[in-house]
Amino acid sequence: MNMEALKYVWEGSIPLQIHIHESEVTTVPAPPPALILAPRIGYLPLLASRIKPYFSGTLPPGVDTIWFEYNGLPLKWYIPTGVLFDLLCAQPERPWNLTVHFRGYPGNILIPCEGEDSVKWSFINSLKEASYIISGNCKNVMNMSQPDQEELWRSVLNGNLDGYLRVSSKLKLGIIGDQHIAASHLNSLKSWQSIGETDTTGQVKTGRVPVRLYVWCVGEDFDDFEDAPHIDAWEKISYINQPVEIQGEGTLSYLEHPSSRSKCFTLGDALKFLLPEYFRENSLIDEESSEAKGENEQKGSSEDAGGNVRDKDGEGLCENENSFQSVEAEIKLVRIQGIEPKLEIPFSWVVSNLINPEHFLHICVCVKVPQLTPYAM
Amino acid sequence: MDVSSWDGTLSPHEFSIAARTLAHEWKRFNPAFPPWTWVPSQNRLGLASHNVCYLVDGYLTLEKLCIHGGPSEIHMPSQEEKVYEEIYTEKEELSDNATLVESNSCELHFYDFHIVYSAAYRVPVLYFRVYSIDGQPLVLDELKDLPACSEKLLLESKWTFITQEEHPHLNRPWYMLHPCGTSEWMKLLFSSDASLAKKGVVVELYLVSWLSVVGQVVGLTIPFELLNCLKSSLLSCCKQDAG
Repeated sequence: MNMEALKYVWEGSIPLQIHIHESEVTTVPAPPPALILAPRIGYLPLLASRIKPYFSGTLPPGVDTIWFEYNGLPLKWYIPTGVLFDLLCAQPERPWNLTVHFRGYPGNILIPCEGEDSVKWSFINSLKEASYIISGNCKNVMNMSQPDQEELWRSVLNGNLDGYLRVSSKLKLGIIGDQHIAASHLNSLKSWQSIGETDTTGQVKTGRVPVRLYVWCVGEDFDDFEDAPHIDAWEKISYINQPVEIQGEGTLSYLEHPSSRSKCFTLGDALKFLLPEYFRENSLIDEESSEAKGENEQKGSSEDAGGNVRDKDGEGLCENENSFQSVEAEIKLVRIQGIEPKLEIPFSWVVSNLINPEHFLHICVCVKVPQLTPYAM
Repeated sequence: MDVSSWDGTLSPHEFSIAARTLAHEWKRFNPAFPPWTWVPSQNRLGLASHNVCYLVDGYLTLEKLCIHGGPSEIHMPSQEEKVYEEIYTEKEELSDNATLVESNSCELHFYDFHIVYSAAYRVPVLYFRVYSIDGQPLVLDELKDLPACSEKLLLESKWTFITQEEHPHLNRPWYMLHPCGTSEWMKLLFSSDASLAKKGVVVELYLVSWLSVVGQVVGLTIPFELLNCLKSSLLSCCKQDAG
């Protein structure tokens, strides 16, 4: 199996600069911010053991419950750190300035977190959900032996990809791809050859892919993400937890794909499936732009997958804008694991290479939504 | 559809059909209780939607149900009772009324129940929250409201039975009954009832049957007559169709 991109995903991390909230500082001077590298696939509360010693001397007496905020927005700890960064930092900020709290947990907004156990079980329950989506039941996850479960979790904690693959392969959750779709990659996009072969190596075939989609809707337009409004409430994010059903040729012709070249189910097709309201008659993928890009994309993707090397944010974006015009709304940005993949990329490639360890593909999308028209009221 | 080849799941459209049936029958048999109400989900992106799927996109709510003094008297139809015991209780220890704690009779607890469709599991999922008369949210493990077997399971399976999760439509923490086994026991429930199994999967009966099982976890009971009347009316209706 070609592991290059997956390796980048696992090794990717976000440089954080963590400030303690002023209301929890009891010493003068206040401690300087802590600098820490947070794994993309990790979860913020797992940083507690590294952060707490740094600030413990300044805390007022009381019980510690760690939580983080960014620009006043309490961060949902059950969303992987890399996804939070992609979603909330449209214009990537490095280091990412977060505020840590040890008191006053906002229990009305965030589900309770009792440390590593909560995170672990949130992970396992997501894995169960993914397993159900892929194979129709979650027995393989529930019947995992205690040591295997522990090893799987440890490998995620420590970013140990080899250990993870050793255990997770027992779950038989090899995502994706329908032989037919894999085969059509070979014909349509030569540069995907190696990936097409990967997909046909005896993994479980499935038509359902676990996806968590985060849609950030913006009302006003802006040219640059530096000028984008801050996300100050979770209400501005629509969270869509819906499996993508990979469809064969027949369904795609229903979606009025004009050219046979696009018979392969692409990332764009997946988004159409999840957000049908954007893709009515007038909103077709710009077919021309899909031509002759394959080679660059693959290279670009694996280079950028770590998240630390994302420096050409504008590039892919402009093309996306043009290709996804619709009367009602406009997709301004699609980001997965810190990269902005082209929408013509086969969805099976995106899934096999950019999924998180709990077998969900997390997709962040920014959409410009115009004001409601009167007939919509 | 034949029950034997059915996987125990529902499509979103079937969910909305079953939801309407539950709401209707509940009102008929439980006029004194708060009603189940269908809440169409907010158009998620603020767009005008002409898509059919949004007509069925929504969830059921029953709010401000007052529960006091422990679980109410339980009348269970035999089949549901059996399945319930199989799923939620230890074999050797059935619900023992003698151990129920008398909660303070002056303390009223209010429950909001939501039934939400899970696209991942393709089954209904029960979400709920508890609060006191002044609206203060209450923590589940501090309450003595739940039936004894649920209390026990809550301790034993802290992370896989009932946990706080984000409500899919409200984006706030709610208690959720984990749905990973639902399709399996729904299939069991339908196939172990001879008259049902013969008629194939009767979608209208799904939520009522489902609630007669999961409701017991939180002390919410379905009147025996509701399930029975609905069953017989649906079955005779099928018979006429067939004839």
